[in-house]
This record gives sequence, structure tokens and C-alpha cells, in this order.
Amino acid sequence: MNFPAELKYSKSHEWVRVLSDGTAQIGLTDYAQKELGDLVFVNLPQPEDEIRAGEAFADVESVKAVSDVYAPVNGTVVEVNEELLDAPELINQDPYEAWFVKVEQVEEAETLLSAEEYEAFVAQEANK
Amino acid sequence: MKLILEKGAEGRHVSLLGNSQVPAVQLRAAKRAKAPALPQVSETEISRHYSALARRCHGVNDGFYPLGSCTMKYNPAINEEVAALEGFTGVHPLQPAYTVQGSLEALALMEKKLCAITGMDAFTFQPAAGAHGEFTGLLLIKAYHQARGEAAQRTKIIVPDSAHGTNPASATMAGYTVVNIPSAPDGCVDLEALRAAVGPDTAGLMLTNPNTVGLFDKNILEITRIVHEAGGLAYYDGANLNAVMGIVRPGDMGFDVIHLNLHKTFSTPHGGGGPGAGPVGCKQLLAQFLPGGRPVLQQSGSYDLEADQASIGSVRAFHGNFLVVMKALCYVMMLGRQGIPEAARNAVLNANYMRVKLQDLYQMAYPGTCMHEFVMSLQPLKDQCGVSAMDIAKGLLDHGIHPPTMYFPLIVHEALMVEPTETETKETLDEAVEVLRGLYEKALQDPEYLHACPHNTPIGRPDEVKAARHPLLRWTREENA
Amino acid sequence: MGTFVPGTGSEQLLMLHESGYADWDALFADVPAQVRLADGALDLPDGLSEMEAAAAMRALADKNHRFAHIFRGAGAYRHYIPAIVGRVTRKENFLTSYTPYQAEISQGILQSIFEYQSMICELTGMDVSNASVYDGAAATAEAAAMCTERKRNKVYLSQTLPPQVIQTVQTYCFGSNTPVQLVPEKDGVTDLDALKDLLDDTAACVIMAQPNYYGQIEDAAAIGKLAHEAGAKLVMNCNPISLGLLATPAECGADVAVGEGQPLGMPLAWGGPYLGYMAATTAMMRKLPGRIVGETTDNAGNRAFVLTLQAREQHIRREKAKSNVCSNEALCALTAGVYLSAVGPDGLAQIAQRCCDNAHYLASQLEKAGLKLAFSNEFFHEFVTECPDAVAVLDALAEQDILGGLPLDEHRILWCATECNTKEEMDQVAQIAKEVCGQ
Repeated sequence: MNFPAELKYSKSHEWVRVLSDGTAQIGLTDYAQKELGDLVFVNLPQPEDEIRAGEAFADVESVKAVSDVYAPVNGTVVEVNEELLDAPELINQDPYEAWFVKVEQVEEAETLLSAEEYEAFVAQEANK
Repeated sequence: MKLILEKGAEGRHVSLLGNSQVPAVQLRAAKRAKAPALPQVSETEISRHYSALARRCHGVNDGFYPLGSCTMKYNPAINEEVAALEGFTGVHPLQPAYTVQGSLEALALMEKKLCAITGMDAFTFQPAAGAHGEFTGLLLIKAYHQARGEAAQRTKIIVPDSAHGTNPASATMAGYTVVNIPSAPDGCVDLEALRAAVGPDTAGLMLTNPNTVGLFDKNILEITRIVHEAGGLAYYDGANLNAVMGIVRPGDMGFDVIHLNLHKTFSTPHGGGGPGAGPVGCKQLLAQFLPGGRPVLQQSGSYDLEADQASIGSVRAFHGNFLVVMKALCYVMMLGRQGIPEAARNAVLNANYMRVKLQDLYQMAYPGTCMHEFVMSLQPLKDQCGVSAMDIAKGLLDHGIHPPTMYFPLIVHEALMVEPTETETKETLDEAVEVLRGLYEKALQDPEYLHACPHNTPIGRPDEVKAARHPLLRWTREENA
Repeated sequence: MGTFVPGTGSEQLLMLHESGYADWDALFADVPAQVRLADGALDLPDGLSEMEAAAAMRALADKNHRFAHIFRGAGAYRHYIPAIVGRVTRKENFLTSYTPYQAEISQGILQSIFEYQSMICELTGMDVSNASVYDGAAATAEAAAMCTERKRNKVYLSQTLPPQVIQTVQTYCFGSNTPVQLVPEKDGVTDLDALKDLLDDTAACVIMAQPNYYGQIEDAAAIGKLAHEAGAKLVMNCNPISLGLLATPAECGADVAVGEGQPLGMPLAWGGPYLGYMAATTAMMRKLPGRIVGETTDNAGNRAFVLTLQAREQHIRREKAKSNVCSNEALCALTAGVYLSAVGPDGLAQIAQRCCDNAHYLASQLEKAGLKLAFSNEFFHEFVTECPDAVAVLDALAEQDILGGLPLDEHRILWCATECNTKEEMDQVAQIAKEVCGQ
């Protein structure tokens, strides 16, 4: 399993990539996509939507389940990755490139985990 | 196999109309730009095409169908004959009442019989299916609270976590917020959780009894009392009535409103997914809100259709899936006073007979006497050799047995829910037990074989991921040209 | 007494004992004693033999009167049903199977639904169709729910929709707390000026019928344009036979097309079972309720059909689902598929034309008989007349075993003619009407 060091992580298995312009991309971690199995569709928010840390902002569908995707930070959506609408398999194939949304005015990022911390957290989850 | 749209040839057709005897009219209104690409086939091709499709179906007539919570009992042949009577099929839904006295009397008769079986006071036959009935029943509850000036306050419907997905979905459609309460470890309603959930905002509770794990909730009188004391109403999901009809009545259990699935309990065929019928019954306090016109006997001795001023309106056009109701009426007439409880007793007997013969091998999710169905958890087998409930289900296909319901209820891992029904012989049950036991042994010896099942069906396991990722939902001429 | 329990009394007892139970009561120990029915306490008559039940049912059917000649539509239509339709739909394998959850042994049902979906798309011009719902009125109510969003939730209903459709949508909207705005009628069609004035920025959709309740052909494209300009969707409820001739909902700009599928091979049957068809644009695909069948391949690469896009549905989304529909009218969808295969594209156009021709002939003869046409627009196979005493006309027709049009009020009658009606029948209707109306 892959845990890129430059990303931040949430305990609900989303990753955050802070870009140089202060905006941030959000996606699902490698661990999450493996747990969810083959994803077949994703419901995304719209630009200008506000997202709030801990609240669902999108959902992903597998053949027999639907799972909420929670916002790891507060922010305002500036862009959604429409490519995922046609090719949800990208989330399974390359989870850290398959970003869901780009947000600005990012807040509440302080409590996120580092790659090391998240890896330890996942190991703990798997042993439950 | 080719689609019927991929068969035939330009200009082929079935001869239907004679020559016109009246002048042709040219409409000025916009016409369609091109003709629809419907099949152009001969009657021979139609006949053979659908015969081939019929061979690729599995009906109750083909074999054992222990599909839990669906009550796939035998569909009596006589039902089809009576529903095909021209006196029923040839009448228009908007004919004057004096010309459809037979239809009206038949509905009134069925209402009386269903009231006797359920302990309700009135029925509507409008709802076309169980889910349609749930929605209708919840609207009755909503209208009741509205009439009492409590609609704004009573906004919540309580649903156990073991419920069918339709229960919460119906509650949402009726404008309610759903409160899910966890089941107790024995699979029944957790009374403490229920007491904590009810309050002045409670509109009602939705429940099946026997519940979705196949157990009769022995606290039922206490459950409905708790709901009533909070000012809510109790809704009975009739999905599992087959276990208790003629034994105990939902009305006596304390329920106020109920839907029945005539296509489960009352032997009408499922037709590959419909048409069914989901009549809704209620106690007198809700009767005025029932949708649609209902047959009422006039002083003159004839029937007329009447709708109450307080009615919620209509949940569909006209009087419901009338022909389906006629099939069920014939069934109830035949069974009568003794036959109805006999059917329930034997449904419960057949389930327990299979349960006892399997329980040393298959883990029962809730040990002890079940009602008309039981739930097995294949988790131990999966842990042991990786063979899942799905694999065992697919293995059954090779033996001509329709698999039990898989992965429901959600509170049981690797669930298989078995409902044999009362219309199966002891030999069929014994054979099914042998097959299930054999598959278990096979799974332990050769898990790969089970993963690859089925082996003898028209197709192998379909790629559902592909179907959902790149939906191909129709044929188009261009693509296939 | 009739029974379908195969086990004899001794077999039943044997099984009971083998299962570890002393008697029947032991099986029902969890049922509280105070509510358990005593033996024989069920308040039903004794059961009947098959022969007795068949006779009782026939006696009920015989109390209905089946009119020899029918000129009534108003939402349920008598058309000729090709014999092959009944031959196919009576096949037990179709009749007695469940919803096709197990695709490997349900390819027949699944393929028939896929074919039905394809034919509905062809008929309506829309991109996608579901596997059908309960009937045309319920389909219209489900379509309204497809269009509502948090900020746009008002449903506009043309008053020229059939009253049973209006009532059904209103009832569903009572459930979901959705505001409904009725759009008035003018000369038998939707009042476009009124619609324009009523539309606001909360408009979710405008729902109309084509042809409408009065048989009139609406300017659907104009209604669609007004709806879209206001940011709302257009839902068209179309008679499927008329689509053999008239512009398709897609051509009129509809976002969702729905309707009563009964004319496609189903008998009148006092109102059911019928068939609600629903089709939509690709953009609306994931908002469609109910079952949808898709094509895929099996593990060996063979063509296969499955229920798909299931994550929309109640068994997965539960309280977050947009609809609770978890079945379809599969046998009725099969019926429509066989019917459309039997009539084909040319046959459907001919039937539509014949319905239209017959209705216009009937209208002209009734006008000659002294009745007035109530509206001035073009109509398809239904139309409204005015006369001093509608009931007198209908009673006189009934005496000759003719079910005349539907009385709308004291003076107005809604007539319908289909390909089943002959010139002789129509001449007789006009003659009787003349005798009643002629002073």
C-alpha cells in the first residue's frame, strides 16, 4: 500500500495535497479504494459549494454499495475533476492522482495526519 | 443471444389491420422525423425468439425457489384462468358502476376477507406493489397527524436496522425523517432503544413481524404499546405475513395500518418483477384517508364507488392491479377458514425442517425456532476457505435451485436467507438439504470450484462492474448496423 | 377445501417430530397466547374446491357487463391485441419467475426488459428508459420527483393532464412536501400566457400530456421552451400509440418522457395491471427510479444482461434514495415488447393513423348529428363534444350495447375512437345521438 509523504491524511481515509497557490486537492486514499472495491460512479459537488471538515461532500458507488466521502478540511470548491464521472476506475487505478475536488480558503488542516501517522493508523484499523 | 431488434428484415411484418373505410386525415401538427427502429419480424420469428427467452428464465414452475422474504410459493393454475375471464379483462375502468357490479362486489368481498385475516377494518386496492403500499400507508399516517394538527410536530418514523431498504426509502418519500434503531442481539426490537427513540416527534414505527431474520418478535404487544403511548401509529410491513396468517392478526398485535403483498402471501405470480399488488389495510381511525374510490353497498342493493372527502387522493390511476387481486381472491376462497392457517403452519414447518437438517453444518444467525424463513451466516465458511455466500448461491444454480436471498438482512454477515414455503414436498426439501450440504463439503475440499460456479447455466457470472461503469442500457441501430 | 400444501397429515406430523417439535403449538411458542387465534376462529367461510371457486369467480365476472362497442378512452384504451402477445406472456417461465436478481438463470427476463427499454427509447426518442413502473400516473409522479432539487422544487401541472394523473402527482407531492402549481387551460390546451406568468425561479418542471386529456394536440415545443427559459425541466406524458405519428418527446425538448403503456397490448381489465413507462435524457439517467437493465459480458466474454446502476436504489441508499420503487411491471413490459414487435414501425404508424382517421370521422358524423365540438385545436383520437343532455345520449347508446364517451359534465362528452371501431359502429353512434339531440 502506498502512502506518499507529501500528502496529509484524514482518519476517514481522504488525502489532501496543498498546492503552491494555497488551494488543495482532495481524494480517496489507496487503503480506502482497496476497501471499497471496484468503484463504478462518483457523485461530486459543484464549484462554489462550501465543504466542512467531517461532513460528507461526495459519495462513491461500487456495484452493491454507496459510501460517503468526508471533507478533511473546510473550504470552497473551485474545481471538480469531471474526468472521474466518465472514468471512476481512475480512483482504483491511481488514487493519488484521481483528485475529486480542488478547494480554496482551506481551514482546519492542522489536525490532519502525516503519511507516517496515517500508515500507523491504517495498520491499527486492519488489525481490528 | 441476438435481440429481437437485431433479427428480421426491412418490411417484414405481422398482418393486422384491414382497409380503412373512412377518409384519411392529414394532421398539421408536428410529426416525428423518422419512424422508430422497432423490430420488423414475422410471427414465426417472434414466437421462436420469446420461446428461446423463456428457456433462459427460471420460474417457480421450473424448480425450488427458497428466496427468503419473497415467498415464492406455487402459483395455482386456476388463478390464471379466472383472471383471464372476459368479464374481468374486457371492462373499462371508467364504466358506469351499474355495469361493473361484478368488479365492485369482488373487491368488497376481498376487502372483507383480508380484514378477517389481518384484523383491519378497511382496505384500498390501489397500491401496485409492497413498496407502493408502504408509501400509501405512511401517507395515511401523515394525514391522520395532519387532521389532529400534529403534522408539523410528528416528523419521524422509526425503523429497525434490520428492515428492508424500502421502509426507510418510503418514509423519506412521505416526507419523514428516518430514525434507525439497532436490533437487540436476538435480532428482535431492542425495547430500550425503542423507548429512547419515541417522543412527541414520533409519527410512527414500521415493522415486520415475523421480522427480517425470520423470528416472531414476542414483545410485539409491548412494542406497539410504546409507540401508541408516544402518540405514534404502528405500521405493519406484510412481507412476512405468510408465517402467521390465520394464526395471529396484525390488528390484534396492535398495528394500525398494514400492506399485504398479494404476490407473496396470496399466491399470485411475480411475473419476473411485477405486476404484483400491495393493498393497504387500516383500522377505522385511518379509513377516511384511504386513496381512490372504494366499493360501498347502497341501500338499493347495488355497489357504487365512493371516495371520502378526507382521502389522501390517489397513488395511481383507477382501481389498482385488479386482475392480480382477482387471482388472490380465488386463492383465498379456495383455502378458506382451514386452509389459510394450514398454509402458514406448513410454511413454518418446512422452514424449521430444513433449518434442523442444516444447522450442524451451516451457522444459523439466530438459533432456535424460526418462522417461515431462517438466516444462515456463511462467515465461518468464508473464514475457513474463502468461499462466500455468493459462491454457495452460484453453486445452487448448477443444481436447478434458485438461491436463497443473499446479503440480507444487512445485520448478518455473509447472509443466506432461506424461505422454502408451504407448497414444496418433503422430497424437494430433502434434496435441497443434500445439495446444500454437498456444496459445503465441496467448498472445504475445492474452494476454486465454488468460486467458478455456476458451470451449467446459459451464461457465467456477469461483469457487473463493467455494466455499472459504462452503462449500455439500450440497443441502437447505428451501432449494430 | 382447496389446498396447495402437498404433505399429507401423517407426512406433516413426521416432519414436525423429525424437527424436534411435539405439536404445532410448539412452532408458534413466541406468539403471545392472548392474541393467538383459536383453531377455526378465523372469520372466513370454509374453503372451496377448485371447481367451486372457478364457478364463484365466473359468477362475479358474469355480473360485469362487457360492452360490444366502446368509444371511451380517458386514460385506458381498447386496441386490438395480436394473438401472439397472449401466447408469449402466458408462458409459465415468464409468469412465475421473480425479479431477475440471479442473472445467470434470468437472461430471458433481463433481455426482454433490455429490448423493452430499447423500444421505449426508439418510441420516445429519449436516450434511456427504465424497466417500467406501476402505471402512467405513478410514472408521472416519479418523474416530478426526478426533477425537484432543494432550490427548485415547484411542480407545474397543466390542467389538461388527465385528472387521475393530476391527483396522483398531487398525492405524491403531499408526501414529499413539494409545492404544486396548476396551469390553467384555454380552449382545451395549456394556456401558454398563463404558464409564462406563473413560472418563477423555484420551478422544477412543467408536466403536460400529449395528446392531452381532451385529445387535443398541445404545442409541446412551445411549452418546453417556456419551461427551459425558466430553468425548469419538461416532462411529457405521451400516449404511446400517438408516437407512431406525432413528434417525439425528444423532438419537443422533453427531459423526461412518461406515459401509460396499457395501449401497447394490455387489456382494459378495469384499470390494471397497466404499465408506466419512463424515459429520460442521458443527463437525467441516474435520477431515473426503479430497475434498469444493462448489457455487459460474462466471465467468458459472452453477451449478458444484468440489473445495473443499483446504487441509486432503496436497498443500497435506504433513506437517501429518491424513490422506493423496487419492482417493475415486468410482465407488462414483456407484453409491450411483444406488441411492438408484432406491429413493427409501419404497423404502429398505421394504427396511429387509423385511430386518428376514425376519431375524425366520428367527430364529423356527430357534428352532423347536431353535437358541437367543444374545442378548436387539432386532436388525435379523442375529442370533446357539447350537447344539451350528455347523459341522455350516453343512456341511449348503452341501450344498444355501446359504451359512449366519458361524460365530463352535463353537456360535454369526451369521445375516443381506435382502430377497433368500424364505420358502421360510428354511423350507428351518430344516428342514435341525432335521435336524442335532434329537436
